[in-house]
Amino acid sequence: MRFIEPHAHMVSRTTDDYADLATSGCVALCEPAFWAGFDRGSAEGFRDYFRQLTEYEPKRAANYGIKHFTWLCINPKESEDMALAADVLEVIPEFMDCPNVLGIGEIGLNKNSRNEVKVLEMHVDLAASHDQLILVHTPHLEDKHKGTRLILDVLKNDSRIKPERVMIDHVEEHTIGMVLDAGHWGGMTLYPESKCSPARAIDMIERFGSERLWWDAACDWGPSVPLAVPRTACEMRRRGHEEALIEKVIFENPKAFLSQSERFQL
Amino acid sequence: MTMMTRQKVMDQYFMDARHKLIDIAAFLDRVEGAEGDEDFRMTAFRDAIKHLEDGGNDRAKDVLMAFSDPTEDPIAKAPGKGACGAWPGENA
Repeated sequence: MRFIEPHAHMVSRTTDDYADLATSGCVALCEPAFWAGFDRGSAEGFRDYFRQLTEYEPKRAANYGIKHFTWLCINPKESEDMALAADVLEVIPEFMDCPNVLGIGEIGLNKNSRNEVKVLEMHVDLAASHDQLILVHTPHLEDKHKGTRLILDVLKNDSRIKPERVMIDHVEEHTIGMVLDAGHWGGMTLYPESKCSPARAIDMIERFGSERLWWDAACDWGPSVPLAVPRTACEMRRRGHEEALIEKVIFENPKAFLSQSERFQL
Repeated sequence: MTMMTRQKVMDQYFMDARHKLIDIAAFLDRVEGAEGDEDFRMTAFRDAIKHLEDGGNDRAKDVLMAFSDPTEDPIAKAPGKGACGAWPGENA
């Protein structure tokens, strides 16, 4: 079994996780910029983080034969501070030509505030003006449905955005339909407590089909399982699905979306 | 549609669902056996449970919606970073 882990925060993980991912068949992984668990004090903190994502982490992954790609942004959890967000948005273009940068992400909303929406619009403008792919984080729990609607409105309001070049991550049963109907790709995040269980993720593939959908572990410093994708593939096999369909969800689909960036080469 | 027969669904998932249902029952016993008042989360939880008896195949979606913020406009300012799993209401 080979698979692409399209969303993993490896700066939070140990080298043992790289070893386990490689052993399980992971050939490439993508690391979106995210919130570190505490607020950074300035844009310089982000510059260091972006260097880690573009210089250090690819080498760490390469030690295990895994290709490492990344996405850049200021995460919505830090978007309430408009001045900081503006400073970070000025730093991002410095890194856009790095060989492992796929686009802008994971942008989106957290608590659905006005400032978060403004910063989301700024990120979308940055992506559109540099012809970058977009990876979107949808809010947690009670904020997800409303936030997903607001995000879709922001994307629809920018006529430069091509829906097929946008991945909306962390979809669940109440948001997957609106994401696919808008022409975007949808990601299902396999978490032990929140977001999606393996069984529900397979249910959604069975119900909505396998087009424009992927699974990811989104493993970070919280409760999360780096091997969630191959484990879910095993559960899909237990249900009796064909190997070709499993490979489509865990390898061909992420490859198809990510290959819209010429930098995504396996 | 699922690849599985209803019998296979039962064989593969019944024990897991049974385990989770008993955990929910024990959680309700724990809440009601404790001192103090419930909050908006239990109100949403009890509302969500009602959807388990619905027919059709939208129970998961309906349960998720029972916990969701139903408003449409962005809020003035983020009250913090975290989510608690249920919408506290506009005046929270």
